Amino acid sequence: MIALTADPIDFSSAYHYLQTDEAGAIDFFFGVVRNNTQQRSVNQLDYEAYGPMAIREMQKIADQACERWPILKYVVIHRTGVLRIGEMAVLIGVATPHRDAAFEATRYIIDTIKQTVPIWKKELFADGEVWVNATP
Amino acid sequence: MTQPHTVLLFGITRDLVGQSRLSVPLTKGSRVSDLVAHLNAQYPALTGVKSILVAVNSEYAEPNTLLDPSDEIALIPPVSGG
Repeated sequence: MIALTADPIDFSSAYHYLQTDEAGAIDFFFGVVRNNTQQRSVNQLDYEAYGPMAIREMQKIADQACERWPILKYVVIHRTGVLRIGEMAVLIGVATPHRDAAFEATRYIIDTIKQTVPIWKKELFADGEVWVNATP
Repeated sequence: MTQPHTVLLFGITRDLVGQSRLSVPLTKGSRVSDLVAHLNAQYPALTGVKSILVAVNSEYAEPNTLLDPSDEIALIPPVSGG
């Protein structure tokens, strides 16, 4: 399951979706909003996505992961909009027969999302804002 | 003769240009590299972005990819999801 959503991510429904009798391991990664970057205090993050392309790119990554590891079920959900400190920005969940594959696939999916999926975040500070990674 | 091509802008590119959608006049047979050169000339602030890729119909395109007025074109500044 792949989704972009402006609503808070519901961990328990993702977990419920991943449960299957063949799974011996379910691994999750949550990306959450941190209150600082490079010693500067962050108030909020504003996530923006090029929706149709972001969905396609996330699907490609999930498909690649399914070719490399014996994935029984997966969930990839990314938030959009303004998020406060502590809110979940991304959830990756993978169910596999054994734990090694679940750990590796989850790591692969989040690492690759950060490289290729057209989603951008703007850090909102008390005294300004910055698009992350956009300028040298 | 030029034809209008619609270009979607996101993130820092939208902020720099001040619009989320541009209509860019390009001659028939123009490629991604021609579009980028046109935009850099018209909006010099874009040259300050670390890198800008171009997506055509929701797929990353190469500099030599041909553009058609019916394409959905988007500028992709450095991504920062997660």
